[in-house]
Parts: sequence; structure tokens; C-alpha cells
Amino acid sequence: MERRIGVFVCHCGSNIAGVVDVKRVAEELRKYPGVAYSTDYTYMCSDPGQNLVKDAIKKHDLTGVIVAACSPTLHETTFRRAGRAAGVNPYQVEIANIREHCSWVHQGEKEAATEKATRIIKTMVEKAVLDEALDPIAVPMTHRALVVGAGISGIQAALDIANAGYEVIVVEKDPSIGGHMAQLSETFPTLDCSQCIMTPKMVEVSQHPKIKLMTYSEIDDVSGYVGSFKVKIRKKAAYVDRDTCNGCGLCMEKCPAKTPSEFDEGLADRKAIYTPFPQAVPNKPVIDAEHCTYFLKDGKCGICQKICPVDAVDFEQKDEIIEEEVGAIIVATGYDLYPIENMGEYGGGKYEDVITSLQFERMLSASGPTGGEVLRPSDGEVPNEVVFLTCCGSRDPELHMPYCSKVCCMYLTKHAMLYKHKVHDGQAYVFYMDVRTAGKGYEEFYTRAAEEDDVLYVRGKVSKIFEEDGKVMVWGVDTLTGKKVEIAADLVVLGLATVPNVAAKELANKLKIHTDEWGFLAEAHPKLRPVESLSPGFYLAGAAQGPKDIPEAVAQASGAASKVADLFAEEEYHREPIIAVINDDTCAGCKVCVSVCPYDAAEFIEEDGVARIQEAICEGCGACIAACPSGSAQQRNLTDEQLYRMVSAALEG
Amino acid sequence: MRLKLTRDLIRDELITRVQDLSGQSLLQCYQCGKCSAGCPVVHEMDIVPSEVIRLLQLGQLDEALDSKTIWICASCLQCASRCPKGVEFSSICDALRQIVLRKRMATPRVDADDVSAIMVSDAPQMGVVGALRKLNG
Repeated sequence: MERRIGVFVCHCGSNIAGVVDVKRVAEELRKYPGVAYSTDYTYMCSDPGQNLVKDAIKKHDLTGVIVAACSPTLHETTFRRAGRAAGVNPYQVEIANIREHCSWVHQGEKEAATEKATRIIKTMVEKAVLDEALDPIAVPMTHRALVVGAGISGIQAALDIANAGYEVIVVEKDPSIGGHMAQLSETFPTLDCSQCIMTPKMVEVSQHPKIKLMTYSEIDDVSGYVGSFKVKIRKKAAYVDRDTCNGCGLCMEKCPAKTPSEFDEGLADRKAIYTPFPQAVPNKPVIDAEHCTYFLKDGKCGICQKICPVDAVDFEQKDEIIEEEVGAIIVATGYDLYPIENMGEYGGGKYEDVITSLQFERMLSASGPTGGEVLRPSDGEVPNEVVFLTCCGSRDPELHMPYCSKVCCMYLTKHAMLYKHKVHDGQAYVFYMDVRTAGKGYEEFYTRAAEEDDVLYVRGKVSKIFEEDGKVMVWGVDTLTGKKVEIAADLVVLGLATVPNVAAKELANKLKIHTDEWGFLAEAHPKLRPVESLSPGFYLAGAAQGPKDIPEAVAQASGAASKVADLFAEEEYHREPIIAVINDDTCAGCKVCVSVCPYDAAEFIEEDGVARIQEAICEGCGACIAACPSGSAQQRNLTDEQLYRMVSAALEG
Repeated sequence: MRLKLTRDLIRDELITRVQDLSGQSLLQCYQCGKCSAGCPVVHEMDIVPSEVIRLLQLGQLDEALDSKTIWICASCLQCASRCPKGVEFSSICDALRQIVLRKRMATPRVDADDVSAIMVSDAPQMGVVGALRKLNG
């Protein structure tokens, strides 16, 4: 059948037309074999632009379309839809990228850019003349979601999906849900008590009929694909039958073994059998075998077992692997603070009265180790002068992290304000490089701290901290006057950088989803697809994707949840058909494809002696195609022949 | 020399007095520098207006009092008309001058009785009033 390709050259305003002579390109293409129609237009993606494409398809009886415009990641879907509406198979609509690949990188080289744009489009014409009409591959959809991590983001995402009517499995590695938000005292800029707004949501998760909550559990393995992931969840041995346990707490009272509490950031001890905090959900303890006398001393102790009124303690308990099938996965693994020990010049980890921001949160918390009083860790005295440092490890591309951790300016402002509310005649100082208050009500909050609570903001980075006569000496500079300053502080709080949760990187590898160089989960598009991973079926929520405050984390979680609900609205999921296919007639059955396939999509069929690609699993990565010695494995619409023709067109002349 | 920042210095009684006399809140200034950038006599000043305020925020009263700036300010109010936070630098200068005069000088520099009729006729009236305000406690 004769191929009649239409070429549509977009100006993209002046983005393309300012560099490339679009008229000449369109004219040049009109003469090219296989091209039946060629034109140009200011904004091809606009409504009139799309109509121009549709009308031309009908009028000139086009069998294929090439839109020469921006990157296909932006508008491939747009034009495939337009093509389909006018009767051209979407997979016979191609994008020739003459913006990112040409005009943007060749500003000031009009002649060469015009020639290159022409060549790029000709290359795509060669592809398009051999493009087959394809249909998306339909795969069944399991209408159940998995949420990994149960901080505020995971909790919000789970509740939203469950309230949309779908089942959700929530997996949390700690004994309780709640994450970092449960540790916070009050939240900026409204000073809501964190626990008061958090705990009702925690209870709602635990009681929701559509939510299956699995705490003290981790993801062991994930296989499958969007619509039907198979997940192995490791339910860690709690040594307590948490179904039988009635949460009376007697065991925690009597347990003789103590270790620093993670929840209280080491400012207080917890027992070896413990719940992280009194409002934990579920409010049932686990035994930390690493610190339990029974495990350390070969069965000596066992007090908890003896006194448990319902016989829930079980030292023989083992890790259990539970398999579940889900259609979509939301990753909400949260953040950690950059290690305080890395801040050597501030005496991090060395001086008792130099503490982390989360330690200060626990101090401010009414349910914290000091009952809400601000006290110096070294001597338990009320500090009269407290110095707060922003950018501890953030915005430091040479020594630490290059990015802004986004929340520190605000939470340190909150810290300084709450300190003043508790110690009325105390003086709070905040050293800053910029005070970043981009959020609703944030600037007003900062102004209130500076003007009403007399917090002295000093512009400059502190260079050195040392102990002298029971004080923590802070050496900095006020760059507004250019004067070196010294403060004899009683307490120093470091606003440490936000980094991805320590376990997140390993989990991302298991899930085969991308992260950035710092380990934050990578979104599919920084502006237009901020809650999706590039891997289909995976969604992102909260600080795992980048530093975020609570409102932003909640918004992203709700966004991810609505994407999942969107996915679940269909009975089937439609996958891209641009995948590998094996020619039975030429396949020699060498199984190379089976060994190289990273998704286990290539399988060997014994009775036929040939390999086959499972359509529902293949991601179209091309590994088998490159490896196949007989050329039997081919990518649909990107066959060897198409590639040869494309390369020839690209190198022509 | 390292400036020692302390709670007591920042809350010095006289700094509170500057705020009372001028009716301005020093902490309201967020150090954007717009006053300094637009001041028509800033070239004659040893430190810029925003720095005077900064010194007061840091509890460095003496340095502010010793600056030439507070005597150069002509109270034209250009800075006040442009300040995004509604701080009147000229009023702060007034207050600082008053503190200098009341604290440091037993007798006024300009006595109203010495202003002769000739001087009144030769000098602009505004200038004489200004001199009396500036140089007298």
C-alpha cells in the first residue's frame, strides 16, 4: 500500500522559528519521497494547530503523520490522539524533535540548524513509511494498591484511595505508623499541635475497612507489572503475637533492658519491648532482639513472657513472608536528617549542647522526654541564649548537599518562636543565608518571629563552634555589617539537611524505579507528572521525592492517590505496544534473550523450541534485540530495517 | 575584633529608648537597603542608613551614636516614603541625636537667644529650625 505521509512543522512561537527557517524546511520535505503533504504553523499543539493536522489527514488521505516540534515527552500523546480522531493509527503518528535537538542548541546557526531540522524530519519519514498500525496491549487490573511507608504522606494516600472504594495495603517498617510528623511538637505556620492533627488520621487508617495495615514489615521483593504486581512482604518477627496482645503495657513497665529511644531521638530511653510512643498505632509492642536480655543472654530474663496476661509473647516467632497482588504502588518512604556527625566544625555528635532539629522538636513536645520544657542536655538547665543554624549540610555543594532542604528556614523560625513562648526572657538567634518563606502564611509567620518574639536573624553562616566555660561559643559573621560576631550560647540547634530515608535507595532498586543522584525518587516529569515514577504503576508521595513540608506532602499524596484511582477506574490497563517480538521462523532457540531480559519477559517454549516475549511484561528496553544473534528479535515500529533507513537518511549527503 | 552578641546588649535600655522616642520598631526593618539606596545625601554618610538600624538590632548602640550619618540625615523623608515596612529612619535619627545631646552634652550647641535677627533673615527658616532641632537636646 502506498504510504502518504503528512509533515507538520511547528514554529513553537519563536522557539523553533527564531532559529530554523520553518518555511524552507516544510518546502524541502514536500519534495521528499513518501511525503504527500507538508506545511508549517505557529503553534501546532494549539486547537487550530491540531485541527490543521486532522483536516489535512482527511483532505490528503494521509496514512502517517510527522509533527516536527518539541520533545515527544511533551506532545506525542497529544498528536497521537489527534491522529486517531482523524482516522490514522496513533502508532503511525511520529514526532520529529527539532526544538530540544535542534533550535535550542543551535541558536545563532540558522543555516546549519535549518539543514539539521530537515534531516531530522527526513529520518522520521523513513521510520514512518514502515510503521505498522498497532493497538495498545490490554492487561488485567488488580484493583488493590500498595502504599510503602506510613508517615503523613503514606497515610493520606492510603486514606484517599480507600475512600475512593479500593483496597489498600499499607506497609510500614517501624512498629507504629506516623513517621516524622508524629514526632513534631507544633506545626508552622499555624502552630497546630502535630499529634492532635495526626493521631486521628492514624486511627482512621487502622480502622478503615478497606485498609490492611502491616506495621513492622518491609518489602522483600516486587515482580510483575502495572495492573498485577506480585509483592513479597516480610513481616518481621515482633516476638509478640500482636493479634492476641491487648496492649496493656505491663511488659514495657517491667522490662529491665533499656536503649535510647529512636522516637525521642536519643534524648530518652525506651525498653527492649516497646511501642515507639504512647499513641502508637497499633498500640502493641514489639521486642527489639538486639537489645533484649532474653536474646543477648541465651534465654535469661523472659520477664515479659512471664507477666503477659494473655500469653502474647513468643520468643520463637520468625519473620514471615506474605505474598500480595496489587495493581499500583505508592512509594512514600520519607526522609532522614543528614547525620549530625558530618558537621565537624559545629561539634556535631561531640558537644552535648549542639543538637539536631528533631531533638529540639522532641524537647518542645508536651509528650516528649522533658515534658515540653527546653532544657540543656548537658546539665538540664533552661538555656538563656539559643542559637539556631540553617543550611547545616544544605546548599553546600563542596562539602555536603547542594540542594536547599526547603523546610529548615520555617521550622527553625518555629523553633525560635516556641522557645520564646516557653522561655520569655530568653534570646533566640537564627543564622541564615536567605530566609525562604515560600508558602501560604509563611512570610507572616517569619515576620511575627522577628518582630513580636524578638528573634534576631543574623545573615551569615557560622564557621566554628567550640565549648568554653560551660558555654557553646558560636563564631559567625553578620554580612549586613561585615562584622564578625561571637555568641556565648547555652544551646545550639542545627537545621540539618533533609536526605532520603536510609532504606529508600535499596527499596528503589528492588522496585526498579529511578532516583536522583542523592537518592530522592525521580518523578516522570518535573512539572507535568510530579507524582508518577517513570516506571508504570509506581507513584511518589512526600519527602521521598524531595524535601517537603506537611501541606506539600499531603497534596502530593492526594495527587498520587487520585492517579491510582484514575488507573483503577478501568477494568483493564492498556500498555504501550512498542515492545519486542520474536520471529518464530528464524529463532534458533539459543535463549540469549531469556538470559538478558531484565524483566523476565522473554521465555523459552520447550515444545516449539523457540523463545517468546510475554506482551504484558515486556518494557521494550531492547536488550534482547541487541543480543539476538539471528536478528529474530525485533522492536515493533523500530525494526532493523527502519533503523537502517533512518541512519541512511540522517547521514545523507 | 569579634562583636559579642548578648541578650543584655540587644535589649540595652537606651535601644529601647530609641524605639520609644522615635515610635519606630527596630526589628521591623528587614534590611532590604532601599532607604540607603535612595537617600539623596548618602554620599556624605560614613555608614548607610540601613546599617545604622542593623547596628541597633545587634545591640551596638555606641557605634550608631558615633556615626556621622545621624547628623547628615536631613529628614527629607524620602526613605520613609519608600520603606516597604513603614520604618521612618529620620525619626530614628532624631532619637539618636536626642540621646547624644541629652547624654553627652551639658549645654546646647545652639542657643535660641543667639540666633540673631540677621541670621534669621539670611538663613532659610527651615534651616534654622532644623539646626535647633538637630543640635539641641
